[in-house]
Amino acid sequence: MEMVIFFLFAALAVGSALVVVLHRNPVYSTLSLVLTLISLAVLFVLLGAPFIAALQVLIYTGAIVVLFLFVVMLLNIGREEASGERGLLQKVAAGVGALALLAFVALAYWGAYGTREVGPLTEDFVSLEVLATQLFSDYLLAFELVGLLLLVAVIAATVLAARLGNTPGGGESDPALPEAGEEGI
Amino acid sequence: MVPVSWYLLLAALLFAIGTAGALTRRNGITIFLSIELMLNSVNLTLVAYSRLLDDHTGQLVVFFVLAVAAAEAAVGLALFIALYRHRRTIDLNRINLMRW
Amino acid sequence: MTNLLWLIPLLPFAGAALNAALGPRAPKALTTAVGVGAPGLSLVVALGALWQYVTAIHPGAVEQTIYAWTAGETAIDVAFLLDPLSAVMLFVVTFVGFWIHLYSVGYMSHEEGYQRYFVYLNLFMGAMLLLVLGDNLLVMFVGWEGVGLCSYLLIGFYYDQKVPPEAGRKAFIVNRIGDFAFLVGMFALFSEFGTLSYRELFAQMAANPAQLGADYALGLSLASFVALCFFVGATGKSAQIPLYVWLPDAMAGPTPVSALIHAATMVTAGVYMVVRMNVVYEAAPGVALLVAGVGAATALLAATIGVAQNDIKKVLAYSTVSQLGYMFLAAGLGAYSAAVFHLGTHAFFKALLFLGSGSVIHAMGGEQDMRKMGGLKKWMPVTAWTFVIGGLAIAGIPGFAGFFSKDEILAAAANEGHWILWAVGLATAGLTAFYMFRAIYMTFFGDFRGSEEQKHHLHESPAVMTVPLMVLAAGAVFAGYAGVSKVLAFGRDVNWIHHFLEPVVGGHGEAAAHGEAVHGTETAAHGAAEAVHHLSVGAEWALIAVAVVTAIAGILVARAFYGSGRGVEDGEDVLAGKLGGVHNVLSHKYWVDEVYAAVVIRPLAALSRGFFKWVDGFVIDGLLHTSATIAELTGDLGRFTTTGNARNYVLYFFIGIVILFFGVIL
Repeated sequence: MEMVIFFLFAALAVGSALVVVLHRNPVYSTLSLVLTLISLAVLFVLLGAPFIAALQVLIYTGAIVVLFLFVVMLLNIGREEASGERGLLQKVAAGVGALALLAFVALAYWGAYGTREVGPLTEDFVSLEVLATQLFSDYLLAFELVGLLLLVAVIAATVLAARLGNTPGGGESDPALPEAGEEGI
Repeated sequence: MVPVSWYLLLAALLFAIGTAGALTRRNGITIFLSIELMLNSVNLTLVAYSRLLDDHTGQLVVFFVLAVAAAEAAVGLALFIALYRHRRTIDLNRINLMRW
Repeated sequence: MTNLLWLIPLLPFAGAALNAALGPRAPKALTTAVGVGAPGLSLVVALGALWQYVTAIHPGAVEQTIYAWTAGETAIDVAFLLDPLSAVMLFVVTFVGFWIHLYSVGYMSHEEGYQRYFVYLNLFMGAMLLLVLGDNLLVMFVGWEGVGLCSYLLIGFYYDQKVPPEAGRKAFIVNRIGDFAFLVGMFALFSEFGTLSYRELFAQMAANPAQLGADYALGLSLASFVALCFFVGATGKSAQIPLYVWLPDAMAGPTPVSALIHAATMVTAGVYMVVRMNVVYEAAPGVALLVAGVGAATALLAATIGVAQNDIKKVLAYSTVSQLGYMFLAAGLGAYSAAVFHLGTHAFFKALLFLGSGSVIHAMGGEQDMRKMGGLKKWMPVTAWTFVIGGLAIAGIPGFAGFFSKDEILAAAANEGHWILWAVGLATAGLTAFYMFRAIYMTFFGDFRGSEEQKHHLHESPAVMTVPLMVLAAGAVFAGYAGVSKVLAFGRDVNWIHHFLEPVVGGHGEAAAHGEAVHGTETAAHGAAEAVHHLSVGAEWALIAVAVVTAIAGILVARAFYGSGRGVEDGEDVLAGKLGGVHNVLSHKYWVDEVYAAVVIRPLAALSRGFFKWVDGFVIDGLLHTSATIAELTGDLGRFTTTGNARNYVLYFFIGIVILFFGVIL
């Protein structure tokens, strides 16, 4: 049973990940990411972390991806133009590199406790209470700092996005800046 | 019983996909999404290890990663907005003022 | 005052520095005071030191170290030595030098470079004094190079003309060749003995004679090698075959310079050096004979050339080369005190002759060609009669200085059985008398052959110039009495200079000259072996008579051709007509300069040009240009990585990470 669920959602996750990376339209990419995230949440549950799974859905899909969508809509980002054949080198390099990375990372993970045996999930492991106790005792400082970090992020975002006071799509870009140049490699 | 190492393999795969995406795409938003993908693969790894080692530390780290990812997304997107205002494009190939 | 040795070279250096600092616009009186005062003071100190030294009850050598320089285990000090040999040289240099400085005041008074002249001249004095007073070979070498430099500066004094700078350059370069050999000799000595100080060197050589005799390089023993190297150095500085060619050209400098540097002092440095190193030459009889042979050959060659010269200074220049040859002849035969004696007397009469010629040139408004002179004794009697005294001295007429010193040298040759060398010396003596009196008759006797304008200008030189002439003339007469040989003194042993120099030259001077047994037995073969060969007193007197007769004959022949204004017809020397082709060869100096130019200079110049074009231009510049081009190309290619595109940079990151993974995980 567990196997089935695992394979199903694992396949879903990989598939939607590929869509995220390969699709031309950024809106579709974003929505695919949602699918990936939810699949991963299921996998979290399988691994005995229901709270994290819930957080994943709430925060990641519910807030972050929605934010992405807002920005995509705001900037009215269209389909990516055909890139021509320049950039092939980059793609090849990326592909090869990614494969190499895959190999390395897998090996690394495998090497570190990868072959350990695990027992069945216990009530203790899954319980929220234990998690919360640890969070607010051992990691209290980190918790507070994260709060501070979020505050800083909010301020930064506000300042950055509000800089020039122009609305996108309607205002002029700064004439002192050079126009967008040609593409790179 | 699914061997936990398969979760790790899946995470590695997702990481590789995310990397390939981050290096290959021209659209800034898409690149960002790929990076989020990479982050999530790391989250999966952490939870898997938490299960393997029977320690909650992994899950707690994921908690923090989540928070940081949120902050990062907010700031990054604000940067994109600012960038778009100046250059009227999100195509990163066109953002090359430091060209020789 | 012997503790003030260091002051003697220092004073002229200080004078030079002071005059240099004062600059050309300083008042002439001040320049003169410094320029003449410095060597004057030096002379005073020198005389004081000499007096102290000579009258001391137990005269030992005086050493004074002013700076002990040690590098690791080697110690070479800046130190001065006052011993009999350096004492004689010191006297000659300071005394004659001072009078020439005084003379220069008059001679150079109209020159624009007056101040520069005295700076250089004082500098020269300082360097020459370093040379003679040094207690080790290194200090001598510093002085040696210093005088070479000053010679260059002073020969090329009239730098705005064409000839003087070229002459200066020639002198310096030819000297350099000799200097190289000198250095090699020094290196050999240093590597074998670990020291350059005379005292230590000679002590080691005496203690270990086998070391000098051991085989060293080029199939020669150490002594022969070093002796040869030093002699080559001496041929450069003292103008012997093959490196004498610079001396006649050096006459382009002001006449007092010719007197001081190229007659009395600098050119004698080579002789001094050989005499100083007599221990080495005693151990290398083959090389010593070579020295004598080259000296004799040079003497004869130069004398023959002097016969055909029309420039009064050139006659004197070749005469100097010739007389230096005599000194080397003596040194090569082991008659070191005779060599030094002749050095001293020669300094007096040659300086006198040069200064006299300067006086003539001064009166003739710069003219140096004797064919345009004549009868000058009417207008400049003091110059004329002192010049004649000088001529008599150099010809070796009895009673004058040259007679005594030349006799010693000829006697040395005869006593050792070297009859060829004796004959060459005799022939040279005859030629010397001839060309000298040819010059005297052409210049001072007969009718004036110059232009009317020149005639009006004729006058005797001022006192500041004639007084030195008279002082030197006195020297040319009386200096000879310091070394009256035993034979001439009818058996009395009054040869002061010989005895004075004995501690340094090991009693070889007169003993070798007159075939007496050598007292000390430690030094080498030839003195002792030849001691068996001695001539009777009667034979010696006969030889002296032959020499004197030859000299007088030379004078009479000159008188026959040139007396009373004869000898110059239509502005040309009658001898040219009579001797025809021979005269042509002589007046072209055997075309030696031309041969050198073709055989040595032009190939070297071509080689230099080749090197410049190919090695410097092609290889070295090529390397530079290539490396620059490589850098440029690398940059050109490398810049493609700076696309400005963030995605590329991320890719570079990524590649780096992958490589790191390789390193860490594998």
